[in-house]
Amino acid sequence: MRSQKIGTVAFWSLVVALLTYMTLPTIVVLMTSVNPTEILAFPPQGVSFDWYVKAVTYPDFRIAFKNGLIVTACASTLALIVGSAFAWLIHHYDFRGRGLLEGVLWSPLIIPHFTLGFGFLLLGGAFGVQQGYVMIVLAHMVLVMPFVTRAVHVSLANIDPALARAAANLGASPFQVLTRITLPLVVPGMAGGWLIAAVLSLTEFTASLYVTGSRTQTLPVAMYNYIREYADPTVSAISALLIIATTLIMLVADRTIGLRRVLAIDTH
Amino acid sequence: MTETAIIHPSKEAGSAVDIVRVRKDFGSAVGVADVSLTIRNGEFVTLLGPSGCGKSTLLGMIAGFVTPTAGKIVVDGADITDLEPYRRDIGMVFQSYALFPHMNVHDNIAFGLRMRKLPAAQVEKEVARAIAMMKLEGFEARRVRQLSGGQQQRVALARAIVIRPKVLLLDEPLSALDKNLRAQMQVELSELHRKTGLTTIFVTHDQGEALSLSDRIVVMNKGAVQQVAAPIELYRQPANGFVASFIGEINALPPGRCELKDGTASLVLPGVGPLVFPTAPATGFAPGRQVRAFLRPEHVRPVLAGEAGPNVVTGKVEAHIYQGSHTITRVVVEGIGLVETRVTGAEIVASAPVGASLGLAFDLSEAVLLDTAD
Ligand SMILES: Nc1ncnc2c1ncn2[C@@H]1O[C@H](COP(=O)(O)OP(=O)(O)OP(=O)(O)O)[C@@H](O)[C@H]1O
Ligand SMILES: [Mg+2]
Repeated sequence: MRSQKIGTVAFWSLVVALLTYMTLPTIVVLMTSVNPTEILAFPPQGVSFDWYVKAVTYPDFRIAFKNGLIVTACASTLALIVGSAFAWLIHHYDFRGRGLLEGVLWSPLIIPHFTLGFGFLLLGGAFGVQQGYVMIVLAHMVLVMPFVTRAVHVSLANIDPALARAAANLGASPFQVLTRITLPLVVPGMAGGWLIAAVLSLTEFTASLYVTGSRTQTLPVAMYNYIREYADPTVSAISALLIIATTLIMLVADRTIGLRRVLAIDTH
Repeated sequence: MTETAIIHPSKEAGSAVDIVRVRKDFGSAVGVADVSLTIRNGEFVTLLGPSGCGKSTLLGMIAGFVTPTAGKIVVDGADITDLEPYRRDIGMVFQSYALFPHMNVHDNIAFGLRMRKLPAAQVEKEVARAIAMMKLEGFEARRVRQLSGGQQQRVALARAIVIRPKVLLLDEPLSALDKNLRAQMQVELSELHRKTGLTTIFVTHDQGEALSLSDRIVVMNKGAVQQVAAPIELYRQPANGFVASFIGEINALPPGRCELKDGTASLVLPGVGPLVFPTAPATGFAPGRQVRAFLRPEHVRPVLAGEAGPNVVTGKVEAHIYQGSHTITRVVVEGIGLVETRVTGAEIVASAPVGASLGLAFDLSEAVLLDTAD
């Protein structure tokens, strides 16, 4: 009995410690965002939302946010198209070099973003491409591709192969099987993949640092540039806004398309 | 011309499906080995056999999902061997049901009719009929995930019959259900078959299901057909040792020699002596012939100690298997081996305890005589 109690206490202590460890940095940043004075003080010396006002009105941030949205929309959509095609190939065909293709697709998970960003910069230099939207979009597309491909691949793999047979048996031509059965069943996976890609792209920093120019910088890069000059709570405030925005997107996505299910986090 | 004659041997007799020397190889492995089978219009035929014997492969070839290596499949007089599955008009219920998860019950059932581009009003009429027939009223708007196993089964059946297929294929449709529901669905399947008159091919590895549902049973093993017969004939007169031991319980006696002396037919087992047939067997018996006799446990009767007589042997009780309404008792008899006897009730458990000696009387009137090679 006693040792069981000790075990329970130890377990919950560990859980609390882990939660604290994982969320503390974020909590610290969030708390500094409401500090009334111009310093990043922890704990805050009062509560004020002035820095939020500054964050959303600061011209660099506004431009960077708009840049980020354009890049995210383009990169995620392109990644969705290309990634879905890859997922389809990998799911349906067993061809030579399939393993290699999969390896290349997953590689952005292993290769540091630093390396990728730097590589794109060098490539751009070699081909005379400026640090403009094209380069950023291409870099982001590569970075988010594994997630989109995986989301689509998982939802394809989750479709019972008997469904296509059942549809054919009931008179559906291969094209009708695709439009009536397969597509409706993978659309949630595609939407989930697109959302994950969008969130990743919107918050990506390391690679973006290399491939964005002063006029095309995305929000995380703008935040970094800001904090190099000013150490006031504006960046904390914009961080808080970014976290709230992504959390909301994820929650809505989970509610509407069952994000956890389409990403196979639920084993249901 | 002669070719056509072979393909339609029984067209006039109203055959719905003709399977002509159909074969399927998977690499060097044989999935289905040269199966020929004629199924009559409105017949309920069951493919029965152990796991991996090729039942699903054969069904897949009829539905068009599996391309035969050789042979022909003729449905309603038309050769459909090379026809795409979606042009075949053959209904199928899958083991996993394969209901479309993104559609409700109504749309699942309507799917086949919509693929046939029927006018909306007619689609509704037919769907309503199928829903009534499968007792699914009130479930039309339900997602299929929100249905019980039995309800899903009924939706799958409704979806398959609503298109009025030429043939209905059922691949182990009851195997995912629990025992009670299974019994109930068996009754519903028979009823459905009676009401629709659809030619039905049913796959199972459950012999009880096969015996109770079928007009005829096709017993398969290792890709080949072992016997095609009505349930009673299959049970009474199995064509070979495999069928005999696959359908129900049966005792295989060691090989013996047929003898006919003074009008009395008997089977002489080495080391045991002659077992007498009450009347000469109709099939398999020929004086001097070496045969194996197969005998159901219900035709082996335990006798009181000391009771002697023809066809009584004595052995040692090895085990009792109590099964509620009856008990199977396993007895080891010298010269014969393991013999099972089946008696009503459980008194035998007390009257002949394990280890005791027990006399057994063989009633050879129902014995099946097979060639020693089978
Ligand atoms: N696509 C395939 N590739 C290779 N071998 C196969 C394939 N499909 C079936 N087989 C083999 O063919 C044989 C028959 O398989 P089939 O699925 O028809 O058996 P079954 O009688 O339906 O068995 P079960 O009762 O287990 O469903 C098996 O030995 C199986 O391993
Ligand atoms: Mg099978």
